[in-house]
Amino acid sequence: MSRIVDAPNRPLIETKGLKKYFDVGKKKLHAVDDITISIDEGKTLGVVGESGCGKSTLGRTILKLLEPTGGKIFFDGKEITDLKPKEMRNYRRDMQMIFQDPYSSLNPRQTIAGAIGMPLKVHKICTSKADMDRRIKELMDTVGLAQRLVNAYPHELDGGRRQRVGVARALACNPRFIVCDEPVSALDVSIQAQILNLLMDIQEEMGLTYMFVTHDMSVVKHISDEIIVMYMGHCVEKAPYDELFSNPLHPYTQALLSAIPVPDVSMKFRQSKVIRGEVSSPIDPPPGCRFANRCEYVMEECTGQDIPFKELSPNHHVACLYAEKRHNRG
Amino acid sequence: MSDVLLRVKDLYVEYRTEEEVVQAVNGCSFDVGIGETLGIVGETGAGKTTTALAIMRLLPDRTAHIVGGRIELGGENLLEIPEEEMRVTVRGERIAMIFQDPMTALNPVMTIRDQIAEAIHYHSLQLNEAEIESRIEEVLTLVGIPPNRKHEYPHQFSGGMKQRVVIAIALSCEPELLIADEPTTALDVTIQAQVLAMIDSLRERLGMAMILITHDLGIVAQTCDKVAVMYAGEIIEAGALEEIFTGENRHPYTVGLFEAIPNLKAETKRLSPIAGLMPDPSNLPEGCYFYERCPKAMEICRDVHPKLSDEAGHPIACHLFSSSTKSEVSK
Repeated sequence: MSRIVDAPNRPLIETKGLKKYFDVGKKKLHAVDDITISIDEGKTLGVVGESGCGKSTLGRTILKLLEPTGGKIFFDGKEITDLKPKEMRNYRRDMQMIFQDPYSSLNPRQTIAGAIGMPLKVHKICTSKADMDRRIKELMDTVGLAQRLVNAYPHELDGGRRQRVGVARALACNPRFIVCDEPVSALDVSIQAQILNLLMDIQEEMGLTYMFVTHDMSVVKHISDEIIVMYMGHCVEKAPYDELFSNPLHPYTQALLSAIPVPDVSMKFRQSKVIRGEVSSPIDPPPGCRFANRCEYVMEECTGQDIPFKELSPNHHVACLYAEKRHNRG
Repeated sequence: MSDVLLRVKDLYVEYRTEEEVVQAVNGCSFDVGIGETLGIVGETGAGKTTTALAIMRLLPDRTAHIVGGRIELGGENLLEIPEEEMRVTVRGERIAMIFQDPMTALNPVMTIRDQIAEAIHYHSLQLNEAEIESRIEEVLTLVGIPPNRKHEYPHQFSGGMKQRVVIAIALSCEPELLIADEPTTALDVTIQAQVLAMIDSLRERLGMAMILITHDLGIVAQTCDKVAVMYAGEIIEAGALEEIFTGENRHPYTVGLFEAIPNLKAETKRLSPIAGLMPDPSNLPEGCYFYERCPKAMEICRDVHPKLSDEAGHPIACHLFSSSTKSEVSK
């Protein structure tokens, strides 16, 4: 299990002040704003947040599927920020992605063998047709797809099996790092559990490093070693998975945790903290805490200046003046 | 026990196409009491939405056929009244429905005022213009939308606000029963919490009964009085919240559903998925529909379809809990 791995910690993926802005007319939409993370080899970083907080954009920018606006990206110690698409090709083998929707991420006119074989073809991994067939069968075994499905088309498969094809395709060229972008959100709970188990098994077997993007707090707790919480492009809190759930410091994290409906009848009458308001516009946001307009602890100094991201206890970082104040008071 | 408002009895719905007959709902039965909240849970394809649409009589008439059963609202069988009467006196008036996706449930080229007015016009013919206007403002206030935004179009509202508009339309005629089909699935958790809290307080204030269709057991735990678990078109277990969530006697499928979700409180190394898939609804097995996936399957389960029975304290359709099976096994 990844959580127990004791190998010397070496970051496989690092970003420093990563930014991705989109042009909206003359203005800029700050999708990812100043994100600094590092993921150790063999570990899983969970990225949570609500729709539009920039979590998917972060994943795509790290893979350089989107050109970063600023900041730096490192893979295995080497900077890849400014690599041209052609130079990126060598890294693509090592950095793969699993997409959210297994219905639209597969070509409906391509067989399962075709979908899994494509990366093998593109990266010229297999030398012969026989070699390729053998590798495809091997990958199907790994992800638990029956061999009889090799020539099936996506519409013949249910959501869970389709997502297994997505996983097999990502594994095809033996990557070291996979961005999993909401890989189980479109699936039913019983199927979701199958895919989560599969992802954790292959991680253990192959020593994979994951960035796991999701909005589901119980899923992220289950799979991650460390979790970052994003709000409107900012990383507001970063902590080991158990610490984040037992001691959330940022008011947004607290609200997020309290808003999850818990399948426990004894909790029926607990007061879930309903936060007011909605996410404000990410287009040219003013400096300051972006959660300020919904925060119940908001203070004057929360707006107008950028909020520092501070380590309040070992490995637990938070960008919140109120949390900091409370911490200093003890 | 409160009085029964809606009683669904042995409902069967089929979708017929040229190639096959899909048995979507197979002998589904449940009651909803006045002012009560019933949660219907189940996976994709269990027949939850089809059941709801059958109650509203909104199934696509070319393919869908209600082949058996009764749907009684206050004792009257809704399946026997003419469509015109259904439209004028029941749908929207006594039973209203809100749909999963607020983005597509609203007409993009009508202001929200006009969309609410449309519902009121249909059902409350005696109201004059001024009364309609004040009613519109009243329901908007009720769902927490400033009435001065009534002349805006759906695209000017966020997802959570759109769902509030949909709820405002549903509440405009003060229905006795609200059917909410995955009302918050398309929303973020913090917005979901807002909308659920609002539905809950409105329901209490208006004394409305509700059927909440969802796949999220957490939402059920927080909002419902009773739960019905649906699988392959039938209710396989029904009971009070506590019986389904913590009871001793539970259907193996219900147990499986709970075990498959990652637990927020406890540390679980591996999840326990339910093996296999729901049976093909165009080719249902003879015995128990859950037989193939059931960890506790017995021989009888393959051949004999279990019926809902009260022997375990609340209705469960499983041979594990029926005394006739037990005696047979001991023989």
